[in-house]
Amino acid sequence: MSAVAQVAQSPAARNRRRAGTIAIGLAAWVIGFIFIVPILYMVLTSLHHPSDAQTYPPSWGASLTFSNYKSLFSSSDGIGVPLLNSAFTSLVSTALVLVLAFPAAYALSIKPVRKWSDTMFFFLSTKMLPLVAGILPIYLFTTKVIHMPDNVFVLVVLYTAMNLPIAVWMMRSFLAEVPGAIIEAASIDGAGTMTILTRIIGPIATPGIAATSLICFIFAWNEQLYAKVLTSVSAQTGPVFVNTLIQTEHSYLAQLAAGATVVSIPVLFAGFAAQDKLVQGLSLGAVK
Amino acid sequence: MTVSVAESSALSTPAAGPPVATYRKWDRESWVRRAPLLPALVFLIVVTQLPFVATLVMSFIKWSAQPDAPGKSFAGFDNFKTVFSTPAYRQAVFTTIEMTVTVVVVSAVLALAIALLLDRAFIGRGVVRTMMIAPFLIVPIAAAVFWGNGILQTGFGLLDGLLGELGVHNAQNISFLTSHPKLSIEMALIWQWTPFMMLILLAGLQSRDPEVMEAAQIDGANAWQTFIHMTMPHVRRYLELSIVLGTIFILQNFDFVLGMTGGLNSTNIPYSVYEVFYSAKDYGVASALGVVVVIGSIIVATFGLRVVSSLLTEEN
Amino acid sequence: MRGTIGAAAAAAVLAASALTGCSAGAGQFIGGGSNTITVLMVNNPQMLELQKLTAAHFTKETGIHVRYVVKVEQDMRDTASTEFANQSGVYDVATLSNFEIPYYAKAGWVADMDSIAQDPSFDQSDIFPSMTKALSYNGKVYGEPFYGESSFLMYRKDIFNKLGITVPANPTWSQVADWAAKVDSSQQGMKGICLRGLAGWGDNLAPLTTVVNTMGGTWFDNNWNAQVNTGGFKKAANFYVDLVRKHGEAGAATFSFPQCLNALQQGKVAMWYDSTAGAGSLEASDSPVKGKIGYVAAPHDQTPTAGWLYTWAWTIEKASKHQADAMKFVAWASSKEYEKLVEQDTKSETGGPTNVPAGKRASTYSDPDYLKVASSFAKPTYNAIENAPTTNPGVQKRPYTGIQFVGIPAFTDFGTACAKLMSSAIAGSVKTDSALNSCQKLAQAAGNRQKQ
Repeated sequence: MSAVAQVAQSPAARNRRRAGTIAIGLAAWVIGFIFIVPILYMVLTSLHHPSDAQTYPPSWGASLTFSNYKSLFSSSDGIGVPLLNSAFTSLVSTALVLVLAFPAAYALSIKPVRKWSDTMFFFLSTKMLPLVAGILPIYLFTTKVIHMPDNVFVLVVLYTAMNLPIAVWMMRSFLAEVPGAIIEAASIDGAGTMTILTRIIGPIATPGIAATSLICFIFAWNEQLYAKVLTSVSAQTGPVFVNTLIQTEHSYLAQLAAGATVVSIPVLFAGFAAQDKLVQGLSLGAVK
Repeated sequence: MTVSVAESSALSTPAAGPPVATYRKWDRESWVRRAPLLPALVFLIVVTQLPFVATLVMSFIKWSAQPDAPGKSFAGFDNFKTVFSTPAYRQAVFTTIEMTVTVVVVSAVLALAIALLLDRAFIGRGVVRTMMIAPFLIVPIAAAVFWGNGILQTGFGLLDGLLGELGVHNAQNISFLTSHPKLSIEMALIWQWTPFMMLILLAGLQSRDPEVMEAAQIDGANAWQTFIHMTMPHVRRYLELSIVLGTIFILQNFDFVLGMTGGLNSTNIPYSVYEVFYSAKDYGVASALGVVVVIGSIIVATFGLRVVSSLLTEEN
Repeated sequence: MRGTIGAAAAAAVLAASALTGCSAGAGQFIGGGSNTITVLMVNNPQMLELQKLTAAHFTKETGIHVRYVVKVEQDMRDTASTEFANQSGVYDVATLSNFEIPYYAKAGWVADMDSIAQDPSFDQSDIFPSMTKALSYNGKVYGEPFYGESSFLMYRKDIFNKLGITVPANPTWSQVADWAAKVDSSQQGMKGICLRGLAGWGDNLAPLTTVVNTMGGTWFDNNWNAQVNTGGFKKAANFYVDLVRKHGEAGAATFSFPQCLNALQQGKVAMWYDSTAGAGSLEASDSPVKGKIGYVAAPHDQTPTAGWLYTWAWTIEKASKHQADAMKFVAWASSKEYEKLVEQDTKSETGGPTNVPAGKRASTYSDPDYLKVASSFAKPTYNAIENAPTTNPGVQKRPYTGIQFVGIPAFTDFGTACAKLMSSAIAGSVKTDSALNSCQKLAQAAGNRQKQ
């Protein structure tokens, strides 16, 4: 919180500052509103009857209904299965990421290997290479070699690899916050590695681990390219399903908006839950 | 929120255990330290590097999955010749660069401006901050299809609707998405990524040393001078970081091209690779295109890594 | 307790199937286990109606569960071709067309349907012979049509009456252009004609190619030399692009069948040249233009007729593990009985007599119940399909089959690229002739490969 010292000011200067603050507040509110309008409109559209959603001029005051949401969930070809698949792939891959990343981060911070910064940059470099370049061999492998063309576990493995660099960078920065002196003191007192992990490192790093999980969950949930190509019916994920809501019938927009909203709700929750740690996660741990 | 990029002890090694320099590369201690790292490293190498090797091998094979295609044969550099001589792929490169630069630059400028606003106290600042973060938390493909079908759609989209209410003549026939596909995608991407950069820049602004800022004010520096000489140098690091990260993600953007325009006049490289693989089914050319993309990304990544590493080494 | 056991069982099934290969996901737990087939189809209203009627009729009678995957046309085609090329076995049945099925059959990707064709209760002879032929290869049937279509001109009778325009049964394109101009200048907020502009070899290239054929053009001459930027093709392309830009709907470059249908229904355009399948939605009970639309033959120029021929047909992947069940499904979906089901499903907005998946069986057009409500468009549709110039669509011989497409696999490649170029021309971002020149190069490259 940057605060400027209260230097003695004349009433005129104070008024100017107040006006300035009001202007800034107003500008911020306007800009914030502009940014959120598409989302508000999306939710509003999802609550309109299909015929009211696609009119010119827009039917702002049309009656609201939950029918679009109901129809999304009602049929067996609806959004239920894709949401379950998304939840499964995101949660399991995140768990797997944590299992792999925690020890790796430990080996890069608390008891570091020799070339730890090179290793860090190797992890980051895999993130910089585009996913799309690997899609053809992965598709051929899953379809023709292991014969698993529509399988959630394939996505779990891919998402784990996709998120591993991020998780390692984030966790390393969180683990590095653990003061070395405390660990040294504990080991001098005879504490074994497990005790140090659970009693000392664990509590300090837990918020960071939570933040890492939320970020990895978000990225896995959002992924659409691999999911689109590598799944079809059984393993179709939420984002892929939303793309299929575009229909030839003219009144599809309301249901499309409902699908887009539903599929985004978990991400919104995860994002706002991690809010404080969001920046740290997004910047790969560089910002605390 | 206490924030700092520079001051923490993030990168200094703790004093526990033998000092790093005294154990040799292959003795027991170094293996004990290496062991926890290996599962992640091996997993990552197998899942991310092996496909690239396969792509490299396939790029030298003449292989089409069309029903009347001749069998596979060795292609030498033919696939690469195709990649460099086809106008569509060259156009994809330009489109990718144009899209990435536009989105990153505009987002960075907007994000800085908004961060400066949010840095000051005003009523409902938390609410505005929440409103600003929300666009980043919408699933990208969902945002893309809604931007394409609900906001920029000719006639019943939000844009035409609002313009109509403002009295713009013939607003319902404004087909912004078709006449400006790249601009439309850039708009939607800026909408989604400005919050991301704004958060990082805001963290940077809020980590300014208040005493230093106070001293500047006492010395009589006005707002502009304070901004140029005190704020910007401090924030520069965060700006670089958000630009590097934003570039990494936006270069790879696929969802918005697929969801908004289906690649019409706006095909970027990721979409182009997808099309050659999934639609044209020329697996040899798709692989060659993938190799070229990887090489290009390595060049960009090397530059980006240098920036990131300079950010980190400055801390010491 | 029950819940936990259920969850544990589900998890065990999931894990087991993951290890034994094949599909694994939440979707496995819907449906009837091994008696389930997966159908990939395009998102047209007729398909969506099929989706609604399956459980209560087909599944009830046969015990076979059907899982549908519905995608937009281009994506559906890409998915089908990628999956069939790799014989992944994910989809048992797919909606493909008379474009792909012959060369898929040649490549051995699809199963033959002789068992259906020879079943007397299916009555293959009732299917239009031109369609059966279009879906056969080497004398065997590899696809059964779900619905068929040609193309014709649809127009607002009431608007044309007001403007004093009489429309002959066989209009010409220059007449159509004149009418469009007339509508534009006199009707506020209404454009002359809706024509497809959306990039896709099956979207904007279909109507465009019929205009090319009838104006004396062709994609390739008989020696596989591309003829895109010359003669009839150039004339037709310029005509089409200019007509759309001057008197067509706004945003035409994103308009395909559904958007033009909407435009005609909402009174935004007075004419629409497109598939005969549009008539069903136009004459539906809740259609704002019901009873106001006139139907005449596809506009022509140098050829006597100019409509296209197309059918969305079922085809079964050779690698399907449920071929017997898939055959039963296909036989049901393409049957006379199914058409009756749709006719009677008046409650659904995709059902009712006007939405019968017609255009494949001659018997449909002598069904009095169907003719009662489809009277305005039944005869024009029947005529359009009957008269579709399958043997020679243009004024010169050509080395490929197909009226509105070039029946070679490479067409999806250079066709898509050309479609994008034409769509850009319609959007105004490139000049038509420049688009044609680029397209010529692409087509010629494909033609050269055919010469070998």
